[in-house]
Amino acid sequence: MTSFCGTTLCLDRSDINTDEIIPARYLTEIEKTAMGPHLMEDLELEGFDPKQDLKEIGVLVARRNFGCGSSREHAPWALEANGIHVVIAESFARIFYQNMFNCGMLAITLNTKQIDRLFQAAAVSPLHVAVDVDTGKIQATAGPDTWTIPFALTGFEKALVQAGGWVEYADQNY
Amino acid sequence: MGKTIAQKIFNSHLVDQPFGEVNVLRLDRVFCHEITTPTAIQDLVARGRDRVFDPDKIKAVIDHVTPAKDAKTALQGKILRDWARRHAISDFFDIGRNGVCHAIFPEKGFVRPGFVIIMGDSHTCTHGAFGAFAAGVGTTDLAVGILKGVCAFKKPDTLKIEIIGTLLPGVFAKDVILEVIRKITVNGATNKVIEFCGPVVDAMSMEARMTMSNMAVEAGATSGICRPDRVTVEYLWPFIKDDYPDRQAALENFSRFMPDADAVYAEHKIIDVKNLPPLVTFGYKPDNVKPVSDMAGTRVDQVYIGSCTNGRIEDLRVAAQVVRGEKIAESVRAIVSPATPEVFSQALEEGLIKIFMDAGFCVTNPTCGACLGMSNGVLASGEVAAATTNRNFNGRMGKGGMVHLMSPATAAATALTGAITNSHLFEN
Repeated sequence: MTSFCGTTLCLDRSDINTDEIIPARYLTEIEKTAMGPHLMEDLELEGFDPKQDLKEIGVLVARRNFGCGSSREHAPWALEANGIHVVIAESFARIFYQNMFNCGMLAITLNTKQIDRLFQAAAVSPLHVAVDVDTGKIQATAGPDTWTIPFALTGFEKALVQAGGWVEYADQNY
Repeated sequence: MGKTIAQKIFNSHLVDQPFGEVNVLRLDRVFCHEITTPTAIQDLVARGRDRVFDPDKIKAVIDHVTPAKDAKTALQGKILRDWARRHAISDFFDIGRNGVCHAIFPEKGFVRPGFVIIMGDSHTCTHGAFGAFAAGVGTTDLAVGILKGVCAFKKPDTLKIEIIGTLLPGVFAKDVILEVIRKITVNGATNKVIEFCGPVVDAMSMEARMTMSNMAVEAGATSGICRPDRVTVEYLWPFIKDDYPDRQAALENFSRFMPDADAVYAEHKIIDVKNLPPLVTFGYKPDNVKPVSDMAGTRVDQVYIGSCTNGRIEDLRVAAQVVRGEKIAESVRAIVSPATPEVFSQALEEGLIKIFMDAGFCVTNPTCGACLGMSNGVLASGEVAAATTNRNFNGRMGKGGMVHLMSPATAAATALTGAITNSHLFEN
C-alpha cells in the first residue's frame, strides 16, 4: 500500500513557477537537501510567510498550472526536504508534474469544484488529507468535516510511485 | 490517419509503451550542463550505475555560471568535467570554448531533423527549430537518459500554429513568439507539442526559428517544432555534406518527418502578423504582453542582450544596427553577451563588438548568467531590466527585480534612451 498524509497548505494562486518554488540562486547547491531552507522564499502571496507557514506541512494545494517555468527538479527536492510529498492542483506544468512522479512523489489533479472545497475548508480550520494511491482516494478532514475525493492516476504514474521513482522503474525494465 | 511531425518522430523512436499510455523513446542526444547534471551524476554514482549509454550521443557544456564565481559553482563545473573525461565524452565544452547550451549545440551541428533530444533545461525546446523533438526534463529523466538512452513521454498531441502575413520592418521572431504566447497564454500548450508553420516561419532563418521554438515552453509546450526545409538543410550542410550527394537528397531524407497532408492536430490556430508591432512583456508572466508603444517611457536600469533566446549573430547584428554611432543613456547599464565563442568571434570580425563598446555596453563572455540571476548582471531589488531573454518571472534576474522581455532591436533602442522605446527600424 502506498499512501501519503499530512496537513495542507493552500496557496491561492495560479501559475506558481519553479523560480518561486526555489530561486535560481540556490541552483549552485548539489545536495538535494540543501534546497530545504529556501523553499518558496521568493513567493509573494498575501498572508504567506515561508518561514512560518511551511512548518509541519505535508501537502500543498494550489490553483492552475502549478510548477511552470524551469525544468529544475530542485523544486520537488525542496518540497521533499520539507516533508511535502504531495501537491494537489487544478493543473500542472508538464516537467514539474513528471519530476514529482520521477522522484516517487505525487502530483494530483482535481477539478475546480474539488479544489474550491479544499480552499474553503482550510480557510476555517486546519485541513488534513490522507492520500491512498492504491484506491485512488483522498480522505480530507477539516474540523468536524470529513469527505472523500476520488482522483485518477495513470497506470504508469502509479507504477513510478510504487517503484520509488523513474530510475528504479527504468532499471528494472530497460 | 495522417501524422504530425511529432507523431512521426515518436513512431520511429518507440522502445516501449508501458500501460499503453506512455511512449518510452530512444534518444539521439542527451545534452548536459553544469547546473542540473552534477546531481544526476552523483545519483548514478551513489547507485553504483556510473555509466553512460553512448558517449558520442552525450554533449556537455559549462554555461550557466562561467567562469565559476565561487567554490560551489567551481565544484559543479568540476563534477561535469571529471565525468566527461571519465566516460570519454569528447564533445565537452569547457571555458574558452563554451557557450549557452541552446546556441552552441545547434552551432556545432549536433541537431538533426527527426532527432529525439532531452536536456535538464526547460529551453531544450529550442532545438525543435530543426524539426527535432527536443524537450526539457528534470534531473531524474536526465539520469535515466544518460544511463539507458531512453525517456518517457505522453502522446504528442500537436497544436498547429500557422503564422501568416508579412512582418513589418523592425518586427522580429521575438515579437512573433510573444504574440503567440499572449494569444494562447502560459499554459495554452501544456502537454502539447507546438508545430510552427506558415509563410512567416518559412521565411525565417534558423536563428529566428530558434528564437521562436525557444519560448514554446513559456506557453507550456513540450517542444516547439518547425518543419525541416531548405533553410534547415542549408544551415546543416557543412555538417552533413559527406552524408548526402547534394542538398536535395538531404532535403528528401528529412522530408520523412514532414507532417502528412491529412495529419490530425489537437488544435489549429492561425495568427496573422501583418500589423504586428514590436512587443514587450509588462508583468511577471510571459503572456503579459503589450505593444512597445503602450509601455514607452518606462524607465529601466539595465539592458541585457543575450541568452539562448536572442544571443546569436543575427540578434547582435540587429542590436548593433540600432546603436551604431550612438551612446547609451547615462542612467543605464547595458550588457551584451554573445551566446557562443563563434558568435563573439564573428561579431568581432564584423565590427559589432566595437560598436557596442563605443556605445558604452559591457561585453561579457558567453554565459547564461544574468538571464536567471545567477551571475554577470544580477539586478538589485527594485531595479528594472529590459532583456532579450525568455522569462519575466518575479525576481528572475535578481530578487525584487523586474524584467521586461523584448527583441534585440527594442532592447538596443531602450539602452539609448534609458526607457522602453521602439527602435528606429520600426516605422509605423
